[in-house]
Amino acid sequence: MAKLTSYAAPLRGLLVLGAVALAFGPWLFGGVTQIFLTQFFCMLVLALMWNLLAGYADIVTLGQHGFVGVGAYALYGFTALGGVNPFVAVLLAGLVAFLVAIPTMALVFRLRAVYLAVGTWVVAEALMLTAGKLPGLGQGSGASLPVAVARMLGATPSARFASIYWLAFALALAAFLTTYLLLRSRIGLGLTAMRDNEEAAGAMGVDLRRARILCFLLTAPFLGVAGAVITLQKLRVSPMSSFSVNEWTVFVIFNVVIGGIGSLEGPILGTLLFFVLRDHLADLGPWHLIVLGALSIATMLLEPRGLWGLARRALNFDLIPVSRAPSREFAARFQGGPTPQGEREISAHPAE
Amino acid sequence: MVAAIVNTLVQGVLIGGLYALFALGLSLSVGVMRAVNVAHGDFIVVVSYLLLSIATGFGLNIFLALALVLPVAFLGGFALQRYLLQRVSGKAVLAPLLVTFGLAIIIQNGLLEGYGADPRVLPGGALETKVVSIFGMQLGLMPLVTLAAAIVLIFALDRLLYKSQVGALIRAVSDDPGAASLIGLSPNQVYGIAMGIVGMTVAVAACFMGLRSNFDPASGPGNLLIAFESVVLGGLGSLWGTLAGGVVLGVAQGVGGQIDFAWQTLAGHIVFLAVLAVRPQGLFPRY
Repeated sequence: MAKLTSYAAPLRGLLVLGAVALAFGPWLFGGVTQIFLTQFFCMLVLALMWNLLAGYADIVTLGQHGFVGVGAYALYGFTALGGVNPFVAVLLAGLVAFLVAIPTMALVFRLRAVYLAVGTWVVAEALMLTAGKLPGLGQGSGASLPVAVARMLGATPSARFASIYWLAFALALAAFLTTYLLLRSRIGLGLTAMRDNEEAAGAMGVDLRRARILCFLLTAPFLGVAGAVITLQKLRVSPMSSFSVNEWTVFVIFNVVIGGIGSLEGPILGTLLFFVLRDHLADLGPWHLIVLGALSIATMLLEPRGLWGLARRALNFDLIPVSRAPSREFAARFQGGPTPQGEREISAHPAE
Repeated sequence: MVAAIVNTLVQGVLIGGLYALFALGLSLSVGVMRAVNVAHGDFIVVVSYLLLSIATGFGLNIFLALALVLPVAFLGGFALQRYLLQRVSGKAVLAPLLVTFGLAIIIQNGLLEGYGADPRVLPGGALETKVVSIFGMQLGLMPLVTLAAAIVLIFALDRLLYKSQVGALIRAVSDDPGAASLIGLSPNQVYGIAMGIVGMTVAVAACFMGLRSNFDPASGPGNLLIAFESVVLGGLGSLWGTLAGGVVLGVAQGVGGQIDFAWQTLAGHIVFLAVLAVRPQGLFPRY
């Protein structure tokens, strides 16, 4: 077992190398692969955000698709109606999602913890129905982005693919780094303490409410920008697809749960697996979701930390460590001797 | 004009009876599960399909079919709690929520695979078209029977929870499982029985939903949101408050539907969010 930890550095190196390679995607991959990876980046962002809320901040939201849809409609409004450059509109869409998140937060945080999840779903439903009534946005049947907007992304189709690819890549990278740095920060330490024992964390002076509000508001702009990038790729908005509960909430939850909730590796692994299996499972029709639902229930029953939880047991180290290693002195006192690598983290994995 | 307003209100109250039926089981199960059963609406839909198959398959009257399904629903609720939900229940909301979320998706897609996406309706026989005249208003008998069923069920559940021995056990275990097991109660058994009762309320709700409106495999989440809003609007723990919550929603949707048909559902959500903003404890909180 001890030897496996020596793979940590090479594996992390491989991960960084892979990310660097992806940055040059348009020069390395063909159009189909670029579209595929663009979808992967967007789904990864949704998974990272849901994981931050459900896995760390104890906010189980079922209404993610609400902010994705707001981002999609904001993009349409700014570009098709307002004539704003799409690269700017993508960022503005994130701002709009953030502005919508403020009153949403004020409302759903009034609900007790057990009711909060369904409360977010009600808000998402209300946002979807409202989007279908906005004048100039296609109402219930939706609207297509004008060709002129697509042209602003690039003169040729391949230039457009590349633009959208880079937008999605930059978003995914930003989402990953933000989550990583947040979890490594003081706030992340508080969140981890809260996840492990809420009362004890509160007693130690962790401001739980503030940390949870911060996380909720932080995720909204990322979801909104993801919705905007998705719309640039689909070139269409409609209440049913832009606010799709299946696409932007159900699949995302399954990906995170199966991959491993409460870690950064889990959402990446789950989203990767989802895209690898998607083409095979899509032929199954309704059975696709039945299989994913059964897998996620089995995960909750057998290994609540998902596939990454299983892998980590074998590896005995975090690929993307968000928790801090205890000092050797501390480890020696609590574990009856210094650990071989001084790398075993106490707070990361509470007794299950 | 006055007659039209009165009619909208009365229709809203009548549909509120159906919403209260959706909500009763949810209200009870939150106390047991310590989490919202995300599959609650889908359970209602799956039982509606079961009733449809029994009623049409054997040519039975729908209420006879309901009588046959009630014990099945009790056992279903009991088994679900004992063999699945109990295994993930604990302090955290996450695990039971995600397990019921998985169940909801499995049910929706299983029904889609088995019955197809076409909307269905339960056969109500002569009851469907009967109209009675009250104070000069022509009211459908079926909506009146639905409201009456809701009132009877609330009365029965209220007696069961607050006046009977079983109710005392359920409340004791739900308040403090540790203390309850100290005095010799088996929390798992009691939770199972409580979820069995929830299952029976789901069956009654399923019967009247199928009689009063179309349903399809995707109807579950809509039912869940209605049930959830009724419970929170009414005030947690109050069964009669839940009826009031359902009525508020029904009237809001009725008024919204008068403005424009498309506003019906949105008007319900808006009133819910508005009440949440000014009175988060609900209209008639018990605790």
